[in-house]
Amino acid sequence: MASLIGSYSLIFGLFFSIFIIFFSIKNFNNSKIFDKRILYFIFLQFFFVVLSFFGLILSFINSDFSNETVFNHSHTTKPIFYKISGTWGNHEGSLLLWLFVLTLFIFLFILRSKEQEKKYRILTLLFQQIIIVGFFVFLIKTSNPFNYIFPVPDEGLGLNPILQDPALAIHPPILYLGYVGTSIIFSSTLAATSLNYISKDWATHIKKWVLISWIFLTIGILLGSIWAYYELGWGGFWFWDPVENVSLMPWLALTMLLHCILVLEKKLALTSWVIVLSISTFTLSMCGTFLVRSGILNSVHTFANDPERGLYILIFLFCLIFLSIFIFLFFHKDNNRIYQSFFWLSKETSILVNNWFMLYFLSVILIGTVYPIFLEVLSSQKISVGPPFYNKLIIPFLIPFLFAMAIGPNLKWVKSEFQNKLKLLIFFIISLLLSLLILKNLRVNFLLNTILVTSAFYLFFITLRDFFVKKFRNLSQNLAHFGFSLLILSILFNNIFSTEIITNLRIGEIFESKKFKIVFENIEQKDKQNYKSITGKFNIENLNGDIEILNPELRVYNQPNIVTSEADIKTNLLEDKFMTMNLVQNQDYFNIRYQIKPFMVWIWISVLLISFAGLISLFKKR
Amino acid sequence: MRIKFIPLFFLIIFLAIFFVFYKGLQISNIYTPKDNYEKNIPSFNTKIFGTDNKINSEKIFKDEKYYLLNIWASWCVPCRDEHPFLINLSTYKNIEIIGLNYKDDNYNAQKFLKEFNSPYELILFDVDGTIAIEWGAYGVPESFLIYNNKIIKKIIGPLDKNSLDEIKRIIK
Repeated sequence: MASLIGSYSLIFGLFFSIFIIFFSIKNFNNSKIFDKRILYFIFLQFFFVVLSFFGLILSFINSDFSNETVFNHSHTTKPIFYKISGTWGNHEGSLLLWLFVLTLFIFLFILRSKEQEKKYRILTLLFQQIIIVGFFVFLIKTSNPFNYIFPVPDEGLGLNPILQDPALAIHPPILYLGYVGTSIIFSSTLAATSLNYISKDWATHIKKWVLISWIFLTIGILLGSIWAYYELGWGGFWFWDPVENVSLMPWLALTMLLHCILVLEKKLALTSWVIVLSISTFTLSMCGTFLVRSGILNSVHTFANDPERGLYILIFLFCLIFLSIFIFLFFHKDNNRIYQSFFWLSKETSILVNNWFMLYFLSVILIGTVYPIFLEVLSSQKISVGPPFYNKLIIPFLIPFLFAMAIGPNLKWVKSEFQNKLKLLIFFIISLLLSLLILKNLRVNFLLNTILVTSAFYLFFITLRDFFVKKFRNLSQNLAHFGFSLLILSILFNNIFSTEIITNLRIGEIFESKKFKIVFENIEQKDKQNYKSITGKFNIENLNGDIEILNPELRVYNQPNIVTSEADIKTNLLEDKFMTMNLVQNQDYFNIRYQIKPFMVWIWISVLLISFAGLISLFKKR
Repeated sequence: MRIKFIPLFFLIIFLAIFFVFYKGLQISNIYTPKDNYEKNIPSFNTKIFGTDNKINSEKIFKDEKYYLLNIWASWCVPCRDEHPFLINLSTYKNIEIIGLNYKDDNYNAQKFLKEFNSPYELILFDVDGTIAIEWGAYGVPESFLIYNNKIIKKIIGPLDKNSLDEIKRIIK
């Protein structure tokens, strides 16, 4: 029943697109005021998408296995929370979520842009409708979430157990709000470009939407990273996996866009940057969807390996790219030439410099992600690009980037000079001495690490000082940059000072190192709702006799039959103790991985600080 | 002229990218590591099971004959599942089955063979598991099909009907 309603709602939703497009075109030239009926149609379209979405959720809750999507991705023994999150834990459902966010954002946009010109609003709506129609057709034609199967199976196939995690359950909706939210920036930029509507006021108006997407995208990436750390059990939080990269690329583009819009808002410069970045942000999101969903890259996010779906997104993506290039080249009139006259030492120059750096990071990630595909197609060689590539190409360039981030915000617009040169120098010396002190015993890569830590400390101290000197006048910027310095510092210390022990232990055995000893006490078996749990008990004994108990767990899921390893992590403000246990086939010992990772929790905290800074900026009254 | 060149340039670039992605879609992305087919077998010295005599591997494997090296142990449960298939295969004249008894107890292994019959022409003893490592075995049971001193096929895990049929097809 719920499936049936959902299925018809989708078709109704598509019909409303026709009405919206028809009335919008009529309204575009004919009258001076915005036709109220269009707003109702947008609302109805949104309503039907929501209805269809709830229909799918309801089918999942009721374990209605006559629905193919539910059959493929759910199981009666699954806890209700994961039944619901299973709705978007698959290809069809997640595309419905795409559509939900697309329609939600255009509805909110039309509601909240009453003070803008009518033509601009309608044109934005039309561009957004092109995307919406594209996704409606894609959903209904190639990946309908409401396919009916007969005879009705008794039991579903189950959700991949590694996706059954609280952080991951809310990760897709949050990430999508950011990811798909960029569509509204894309549509409105295209509209503004074709109408030559770009102005300082427009920048203020679009900045809010950029911020909303940016905040959600930041938190979404954070959640994905937290999930990888807690669930995948590799002890890392970022693996430069193609799937992570495709979420980081729009984030970088969006961050650049945010900074460009600040310049646009103040100086009416960098309009070309703004347009190109708005287009590329959404294009990168779409490209990401294509890469992970088409099966061209192999990853956890590859739900279905169906070339037909991939081809559809590919064609659609390139139509949008050609449309936007066409608009950019033929409608954009770059009538401000202030850009060329930037003084070398000014806020806008430093923003531009860092944008170039971010563009470089973005290119590195883009090449690392798509180059293997190109190579395979053109020469049928298989390569995999891993962390060393990214680390070597990105990390050294972080140094000037961090310095510019520290100095830039303290410069004035248009023309500036260094004030308090002495203070800048003193802060540099303090950072240098501090990092030398901390790293003095380090053997490997001493020089690079010292400079890196110095630059991060430099940003840290400068932003910390700014809190007091500027008296919270530009709090959001200050906090975001401070959060970033904290992030880099925690990542650096986390990398430099982490210890790892990999060993095989039988029950009752003891592993001893210089600083601690690991005692494998016992294991315990329990039957849970949809899995069997094997929990190990380990005592970690410090030199000074402190004992900490770690309980890593193995879960043997019944449906589908998969063994997952749950790390046990003891977190405090200074360090994380991380332990995983793995079965070794046909042996009576377990493979144990024990890691001490300093400042782990600060990585999460600093990213939260950064997104909180975005939130402050969003609600700031001008 | 310039203004017409730029759109054309973009058009070509993006069409090229489109083409590559389109081609990429049709390539299977399931990564299969290259098998160690046609790899020379390692040479080793070991005790013959049940005796104190040592034998060199070069004396066991002769040219132009098929051998199946089967790694087994009495404590290994899947080995019991594959045993009937080995017995079946041992009735074929043109293949010799060599057992590699892996990290096992002599008494238990004897009992195992008494209970299930031995399909093996010869059984070698691998007390500490080092020979299995040299062969690149993943675990027990595992079987290697050998011809002309080369590994031509590797079966990880217990033999089943499919893998048995495949072996029969090869040795025919």
